[in-house]
Amino acid sequence: MAIHPKEQRLILKYADEEGYTPKIDSYMAHGGYDMLKKAVTMEPQSIIDEVKKSGLRGRGGAGFPCGVKWSFVDRKSGKPIYLICNCDESEPGTFKDRQIVHKDPHQLIEGMMISCFANNVAKAFIYIREEMPHGARILDEAILEAKEKGFVGDNVCGSGYSCDIVVHRGAAAYICGEETGLIESLEGKRANPRIKPPYFPAVLGLYNCPTIVNNVETLCNAVHILQMGAEGFAKIGRPNNTGTRIWCVSGGVQRPGYYEVADVTLGELVNDICGGPLPGRKIKAIIPGGSSMKILKNGERYKGKNPDGSEYDWGLEDIPLDYDGIAAAGSMSGSGGMMVLDDSVSIPAALANLMAFYSHESCGQCTPCREGSLWLKKITSRMVHGQARKEDVDLMLSVADQIAGRTICAFGFAVAWPVQSYIAKFEEEFREYAEQLSDPNADRERIKELACNG
Amino acid sequence: MNLKPETLAEIEAAIPKYPDPRSAVMPLLHAIQKDQGLLTNEAAEWVAKKLGIEPINVLSVITFYPFFRQHKIGKRHIRVCRTLSCAMAGGAKVCDTMLKEFETELNEVSPDGEVTVEFAECLASCGSAPVMLVDEELHENLDVAKAKALCEKIKAEAKA
Ligand SMILES: Cc1cc2nc3c(=O)[nH]c(=O)nc-3n(C[C@H](O)[C@H](O)[C@H](O)COP(=O)(O)O)c2cc1C
Ligand code: SF4
Ligand code: FES
Repeated sequence: MAIHPKEQRLILKYADEEGYTPKIDSYMAHGGYDMLKKAVTMEPQSIIDEVKKSGLRGRGGAGFPCGVKWSFVDRKSGKPIYLICNCDESEPGTFKDRQIVHKDPHQLIEGMMISCFANNVAKAFIYIREEMPHGARILDEAILEAKEKGFVGDNVCGSGYSCDIVVHRGAAAYICGEETGLIESLEGKRANPRIKPPYFPAVLGLYNCPTIVNNVETLCNAVHILQMGAEGFAKIGRPNNTGTRIWCVSGGVQRPGYYEVADVTLGELVNDICGGPLPGRKIKAIIPGGSSMKILKNGERYKGKNPDGSEYDWGLEDIPLDYDGIAAAGSMSGSGGMMVLDDSVSIPAALANLMAFYSHESCGQCTPCREGSLWLKKITSRMVHGQARKEDVDLMLSVADQIAGRTICAFGFAVAWPVQSYIAKFEEEFREYAEQLSDPNADRERIKELACNG
Repeated sequence: MNLKPETLAEIEAAIPKYPDPRSAVMPLLHAIQKDQGLLTNEAAEWVAKKLGIEPINVLSVITFYPFFRQHKIGKRHIRVCRTLSCAMAGGAKVCDTMLKEFETELNEVSPDGEVTVEFAECLASCGSAPVMLVDEELHENLDVAKAKALCEKIKAEAKA
């Protein structure tokens, strides 16, 4: 893939370079593992401080500051500390971690080893979804290579520090991406998320020991923070939104794919980098950060105050593409999985598709989530198959409201937010369905194909 | 249980990787399902004994994770992504093509025993939608013509 001039690549810098392979030789020829060699000569706490100062925020979904998360780890319990790399990558719309694992696995391993050294971890895991069998194999081979060179295992780089990495394969359940569900799964159980408190992973994680769970992309950044220094890293992007981000763009654009950028607007990504909508199409809406995020509607204005007191008035295309920019527009950048919906897409059909997903993936522990997601699937499904009822819109909102905030894990919000935001912004379209698909021009085949919910 | 020597070797290698043997449940189930094609009650009991846990602990894992199965499927496992990005790009048509070409229904074993076609949720390749997994191989940027060609290939491989 050619690199667009508006991209600014750190993580994927070499991954798409001609001749670059996942082998350790490729990585080392580009300075690979130099930062691990440096790290093991440093004070662990000073690495944590660097990561804190860099402002790095988690790339897995919630955007929590990485260094702060590390500083919560209970270091006094006397129990071993574990680190888990979250490579479940199952948020619909997201496909960035796959690129890193397939094309530059050693960068992840180096990032993990730096993070493990900083946090006094002797055993780390990579939890990878079952649907990436090649990725799991590539990681296994890369770990072997790294062991042979003394970067993983006993006496890392001759420093006396030892740490092992184990690759663990999931079995096709989305909820394993939720950090406590992941921990349960790694313990050999159903991936039922745990109640926080008391089960904050930093204190009671894997085997009830202090545990760090970080996303693949987050961990890779540790290498670049050491390389550039916290200040150098923090210069990239905007304050509080430091570093680059890999955006995954899918749906109605000319050049879908993954792009690594810093400090660009949503319009620059979608129009300049991705080539804008398909010929003859218009963008209708954008789901900014994976399918659980609230939808943004084309044509809306977003108004508010900047931290410095100045005011903004943005259209969709003006939104700064980072955590705070998208939050200011009322959504979240989540996992960076951007789905572009053009004017061929029926919003109720898109919702029906996602509700089929969420009802399938609910772990079933909480009644509001388990029952509510199934109801929402059934309502949206019959709606797009021509059997809507007048009360459906209100019923859906009522169900969504009763899920949000009443569940053990954030999956509840992931079900409710699409329902609430799609109806808030496209209520007329839903009401039209409630009038029994009164639109004579409705392309029912396309609607069924989009819903794709059996 | 009649497991292949390489499966047994994989199992022996997996257990000591974890601080608690129970964590090896999923790796063991993966290995056995690959060997046997499915997970029987006998397999659950075998795994439970091996790891020093109760059979119900193993069964609860088997029944929770969609990839683990207690029924037979076709020789090839075809999983077509149905989630939104793939649906927008025509995933449903691709799935229909697979079903038609193998004269089968969703989630069934095709009459010739060759394939089972299923829907899968987002396969983390939405930028090259629509996509499907055939066993361990990902196929991207599909359309009806490509799906048909793939069916031909699978049929040819079955004859070979
Ligand atoms: C339902 C659900 C699914 C999630 N799926 C993923 C995932 O696939 N990958 C991921 O890195 N984080 C996922 N997360 C976020 C994780 O719980 C966790 O916040 C993240 O791995 C922390 O890493 P970070 O701090 O590096 O972002 C998910 C969260 C929820 C609530
Ligand atoms: S909110 Fe849903 S996914 Fe999360 S614990 Fe409850 S039932 Fe499980
Ligand atoms: S929606 Fe099909 S791979 Fe993500």
